[in-house]
Amino acid sequence: MKSTDALRPTKLALFSLTAILALITVFPLLWMVSSAFKGPDEVNSVNLIPAAPTLENFRYVFTEVPFLRYMLNSFFVAATVTVAALFFHTMAAYALARLSFPGRDIIFFAIFSTLLVALPIILVPLFILVRELGMIDTYAGLIVPAIFNAFGIFLLRQFYLGMPRELEDAALVDGCGYWGVYRHVILPLSRPIIAALSVFFFLANWNSFLWPLTITQNQDLWMIQVAIASFQTQYAGAWNYIMAAATVAAIPTMALFFVFQRQLVDSIKTSGFK
Amino acid sequence: MSVKSREPAPGTREARRAEPPSRRRLSRKHREWLAATLFIFPDALGLLVFLGIPMVLALGLGFFDVSGFGGFSFAGLANYKKMFADPLFFNSLKVTVLYVGGFVSGVFVVSLGLALLVQRKIPFVGVFRSMFFLPHVVSLVVVGLVWQFMLTDGIGVVNQVLGAIGLQERSWLGDPDVALLTVVVVSIWFFMGYYMIIFLAGLQDIPQEFYDAAKVDGARSWQTFWNITWPLLKPTSFFVLLVSTITGVAGLQAFDLIYVMTRGGPANSTSLGIFYIYEQAFQFNDYGYAAAMSSFLVLILLAATAAMFVLTKGGRFEVD
Repeated sequence: MKSTDALRPTKLALFSLTAILALITVFPLLWMVSSAFKGPDEVNSVNLIPAAPTLENFRYVFTEVPFLRYMLNSFFVAATVTVAALFFHTMAAYALARLSFPGRDIIFFAIFSTLLVALPIILVPLFILVRELGMIDTYAGLIVPAIFNAFGIFLLRQFYLGMPRELEDAALVDGCGYWGVYRHVILPLSRPIIAALSVFFFLANWNSFLWPLTITQNQDLWMIQVAIASFQTQYAGAWNYIMAAATVAAIPTMALFFVFQRQLVDSIKTSGFK
Repeated sequence: MSVKSREPAPGTREARRAEPPSRRRLSRKHREWLAATLFIFPDALGLLVFLGIPMVLALGLGFFDVSGFGGFSFAGLANYKKMFADPLFFNSLKVTVLYVGGFVSGVFVVSLGLALLVQRKIPFVGVFRSMFFLPHVVSLVVVGLVWQFMLTDGIGVVNQVLGAIGLQERSWLGDPDVALLTVVVVSIWFFMGYYMIIFLAGLQDIPQEFYDAAKVDGARSWQTFWNITWPLLKPTSFFVLLVSTITGVAGLQAFDLIYVMTRGGPANSTSLGIFYIYEQAFQFNDYGYAAAMSSFLVLILLAATAAMFVLTKGGRFEVD
């Protein structure tokens, strides 16, 4: 960009407007981080930079509450769901995009239509079903229902439809079975979209609240979001602790975003229909 | 522009091209069927058990009484009768409609505005885009906590700043007249970056030639927007409206916010349908009643989706 260009008044006005709006947008998050470093006396002041920064809130959160355990629960559940979902979805999407078999369109339509089913609407029957399966208060109950989601299948299928067929055909001619094609051609070629989707799935599961809240009473199984929500009722008013807990829960997601920004944005763009 | 465009229709020449015309054709075809079945099986089973069956149950469970210990008994229309006599149910419907109306229109305008802004060539625009998107990566529980902290009566930073510049302080979450509006604003703040990205992708698909031609004709930027951007952006706009309406009615995100910030209060003014259903099921163990209300919500969702498809002629827009 030429410097004379940037100095034109309209451009400067646009720049300032955007900058101010962007700062207002991130202010609540800055405020959260800042308050997490404030002592109990200072937490209700309007200083953006803490006058007497302290790590005491973080020490408290990790030592007085089993916060590390909640984070590990979330990490374990989110990672397992992500890996399992990508494994199943890539297989299904490959078959739907590339193999021909009777009823393919009907199956695809049935899968596609589940996109309209939102968790809150099926929450009660899903809870009863999972209870009948004996999965209340288990890791299986947290993990298994979260794996199945048509969104990932749909995106992967779109991606596979746009891939050139030549490599697969060559592999088939070379005597590779379908599993071999999937394993040695499809999976390596889908690395970029798998990267994007894994960030997406991990974030979604790390951040999920309603389902973990519904099926875990046992505190040992609490995921981080359930933990900080109940933390709030326990420590009502102790905002320095609550903001420290919120910061700890938010940092992994923000870090993932900064590292994988491009992938995340790309997967959102492909989810818009094209 | 349609939902799926690159897919070769099955059975066409393109789809069959992969099959070599050899004598092993039959066995090869069956091997392909078998492979496809095995590949699809795990996902199909999972979706059936954890989405399909609950969806069917959601429509039927309302006719039963379900005890907390797993007993079922047929209740006929009792749950539905109770529903139509329950003022809190109608209140939650009203709250849902207000929330969806405010959220859908608000997030549409804000995110389109942001997209138009960050589409321009201004310095650090990439950084600004990321800043607008940032709220969306944080969990809604965190979002709810942070806003609740900032909006606390008397000591929250928002009221302190308003007081300092001489504006009226409000009880943002404690006043039944403004609490829902507060939840709507926080929802918009959370979602605007997401829809901004979708709008941005739509804007980037509009060929530059149109804008160049308008420039040559001496069109003002407002005219350019109404005559070029708006009509060519319609498919994206439709997508945003559809998705945000489903998001709003189903209320997965709003649930988290309301659970953390207001618990449906004050005076049930933020008791969104989905929150009221949750309370009935998991606080009062009245699963049958909750299911009856869920099935009603499904109907609303279907009606809203259908209305949108009819109003926009299936989401396809001919640009002439």
